[in-house]
Amino acid sequence: MHHRAHSQLVLALVAALLAAGCSSAGTAPATGPDHSASTDADMTEADRQLLNGTANGAWESTYRPLPSTPVLIRGGTVMTAAGEELPVADVLLVNGRIEAVGASLEAPAGAEVIDATGRFVTPGIIDTHSHLGVYPSPGVEGMAEGNEATDPVTAEVWAEHGVWPQDAGFWRALAGGVTTLQVLPGSANLIGGRGVTLKLVPGRGVTDMMFPGAPMGLKMACGENPKRVYANEGPSTRMGNVAGYRKAFIRAEKYRESWDEWLAGDRTSKAPDRDLQLETLAEVLRGNILIQNHCYRADDMLTMLELADEFGFSIRSFHHATEAYKIRDRLAEENVGASTWVDWWGFKMEALDAIPQNLALLSEAGAPAILHTDSGLEIQILNQNAARAMHAGRRAGISVSRDQALRWITINPAWALGIDDRTGSLEAGKAADVVIWSGDPFSVYSRADQVFIDGAVVFDRSRDSGNPVSDFELGFLNHTGGAR
Amino acid sequence: MKGLVRNHACRIAAGALVLLIALPAVIQAQDLAVVGGTVHTVSGDVLESATVLIRDGRIVAVGDVEVPEGTPVLDATDRIVTPGLFDATTSIGLVEVGMVSSSVDSRVQGEAVEAAFDVVDGLNPRSVLIPVNRAEGVTTVLSAPTGGLIAGQAAVIELAGASVAEMLVRPRAAMMASFSPGAAGGARGAVSLRLREVLDDASFWRDHRDAFDAGRSRQLSLSRLDLEALGPVLDGGMPLIVSVHRASDIEAVLRLAEEYGLDLVLSGASEAWMVADRIADAGVPVILKPLTNNPGGFDRLGARFENAALLHEAGVEVIIGSFSSHNARWILLEAGNAVRFGLPWAEALRATTLAPARALGVDDLYGSIEPGKVGSLVVWTGDPFELSTHAESVVIRGEVTSADHRQQQLLRRYRELDGVPPAFRETGD
Repeated sequence: MHHRAHSQLVLALVAALLAAGCSSAGTAPATGPDHSASTDADMTEADRQLLNGTANGAWESTYRPLPSTPVLIRGGTVMTAAGEELPVADVLLVNGRIEAVGASLEAPAGAEVIDATGRFVTPGIIDTHSHLGVYPSPGVEGMAEGNEATDPVTAEVWAEHGVWPQDAGFWRALAGGVTTLQVLPGSANLIGGRGVTLKLVPGRGVTDMMFPGAPMGLKMACGENPKRVYANEGPSTRMGNVAGYRKAFIRAEKYRESWDEWLAGDRTSKAPDRDLQLETLAEVLRGNILIQNHCYRADDMLTMLELADEFGFSIRSFHHATEAYKIRDRLAEENVGASTWVDWWGFKMEALDAIPQNLALLSEAGAPAILHTDSGLEIQILNQNAARAMHAGRRAGISVSRDQALRWITINPAWALGIDDRTGSLEAGKAADVVIWSGDPFSVYSRADQVFIDGAVVFDRSRDSGNPVSDFELGFLNHTGGAR
Repeated sequence: MKGLVRNHACRIAAGALVLLIALPAVIQAQDLAVVGGTVHTVSGDVLESATVLIRDGRIVAVGDVEVPEGTPVLDATDRIVTPGLFDATTSIGLVEVGMVSSSVDSRVQGEAVEAAFDVVDGLNPRSVLIPVNRAEGVTTVLSAPTGGLIAGQAAVIELAGASVAEMLVRPRAAMMASFSPGAAGGARGAVSLRLREVLDDASFWRDHRDAFDAGRSRQLSLSRLDLEALGPVLDGGMPLIVSVHRASDIEAVLRLAEEYGLDLVLSGASEAWMVADRIADAGVPVILKPLTNNPGGFDRLGARFENAALLHEAGVEVIIGSFSSHNARWILLEAGNAVRFGLPWAEALRATTLAPARALGVDDLYGSIEPGKVGSLVVWTGDPFELSTHAESVVIRGEVTSADHRQQQLLRRYRELDGVPPAFRETGD
């Protein structure tokens, strides 16, 4: 019953990719979001927007890349997240895209040439689990937007409606080499609402930061948090949690059917009433919204895989997933990601069995392994934490390459967010989301010198001014603050 | 690790290099010679290819030393040897699972002032947190109570020993307090007022104890136990560790400490760099978490990664802490990042070894590798702060401690998934 046609198809895809020369463990298949379910091939863009709750193009990204000139990053050690490390190589950025990666590239006319000798070049870092903007700095009265903790199911809320673009934490993350992140609602609710994927480029409103074309996520939560938050009114047990998901998806199936039937018909009858909650869940059932599921314990994750089987949807990634190593074979088989930390543990019962070798074991088993943060501080040291997890694995005799460790914070999270065809590795044609590091990014002493997003320098450690500073930070201090 | 300890054939000649100072607690003191490593003594020079000779748990010689026959030898060739790491910012031994209240003994649910609360009887030498953190080089910690205006009295313990008596280095080593809005009565002025009332009452009690016992004293705001517990703080014999962040709050706490003649240690201190000169003038050490830079509240808008470096430049004694119990091992990551943002490497090592020992008054026995001190040290595969390095051997009182712990056992149980239910799998070595 776990070998649904869908997972067999995915396995076949993985096999095809392996045959095509992709490296093995931890490599996420390079497919975009799964649109398989019931999306009609001849559905119009307007129909798609209607179903997704974005009619008339509302809520869509207004992000525009910053101006850029061609840049040749010359002579650095290039870590591509797409294969072997290139000890001395060049990376050419043109029109916001990676034009080429390789030895002795020609600088086009007018290109800026950056000498990266002795330095390292990586893709921009990606975090699948952030609450920047919704639990911003300062974390004071009036600023907490992450948990709509008024009902166990709030599939109708969207994180993007709570993101404060003036969170100073965004620009500290940028200074740590992060170029893309997913902002999620919190984990108070069984179904907490939609997440949004942002590029770390300042904007006046959230849509200015939204990653164009990135699928939305849906935050769900297992285990202790919902049953603690709703202990009085329910759910108060894991049983109640699961009943809550099932009740919601039963309603969502019916809703999806009514809309799909109406769209497939002659549309002379009145359209079904919209329901914001069910609209989101129906899009999950159609495969257009990716489930990002807060879930620690192995048995809880297995329970969620059963739920996904019952309703025919996929979970894109478990989050926190401290016991993912216990079921890594199943995660590999079903191609479900695990976004986890290096060594957070013990703060509650469901986090008791975390081990620092989690990521290494997941990669070894071929499951999509992702290093996430859930922290405005740790998002600034994702490179260091990848190194720590790599060494923890190696010390235990688990083979982990530097490329694999880099994938934990680049292409694998890109896959979990459904944007791995656009960013997450240094390959020709991808967005020029690039970091130049002062030294090996897996050393504690290295810093991000320059961070490019779509080919434009958004952060440059060497400049005294010109790096993003939040409005909030003006006037309070005699210095500009930040991670200089 | 055990394979590295070689037992020499003969026994040590009786009386040789015997150290007469008694150890602070009942322990299984061991003899050990750590040979051939690059020894960072912290109190003195860095010694290449040096030997650290430990006798009955105490360091008796460091340098070019002949190893008496019969002494077990730990080979540290091509290795770096440092004192054991000392984290002054934990509640290790007082907490098992953060959100399981019955496993948390660091906090009294009651008054804002719990000065009499002493953590010692709540310490659990069998906590799984101990070997997890010890295996990564943390040998000594301040295990502290938390919460309220005055949380109680913290103890210095070593992360080895089968009983509290064996672990305990110094009970009642410091009084923990907090200067933040909300600690008492909301406004900062109310916090300051309450702290003064507490100290005044304790001072009054000390001077009029007989009258108090006879029922002829004015009304005091604390219980007899709390009043008594504050005596050593007023005498300056017990450090008062105050958690405080805003620059102006730090100045308020410095004034208070000067007024009452307290042995003050600042903790947290996100904006300390803004008043670094004042702190240096007062000779007050600062315990901080270098990886702190988000303006998370109005008391820490000036938080920045350079805090440690700027304080050191101003002449302040910097102490680095993990501010974690389950992951006291993060003290290494914190120290490395302090170096990344400008703190000299040797200062970062000092800030994780000798500086906390000094602030807590146990530097006669801890914090450096020199004769007379307790034989607690770590043999590292390289630069201890670098991410590729690990603790190869962790020695406490001359004994090479076990590197095994619950997380290692989980790893062994789940190393292979071959269809056999993991519950049947042995987890032994």
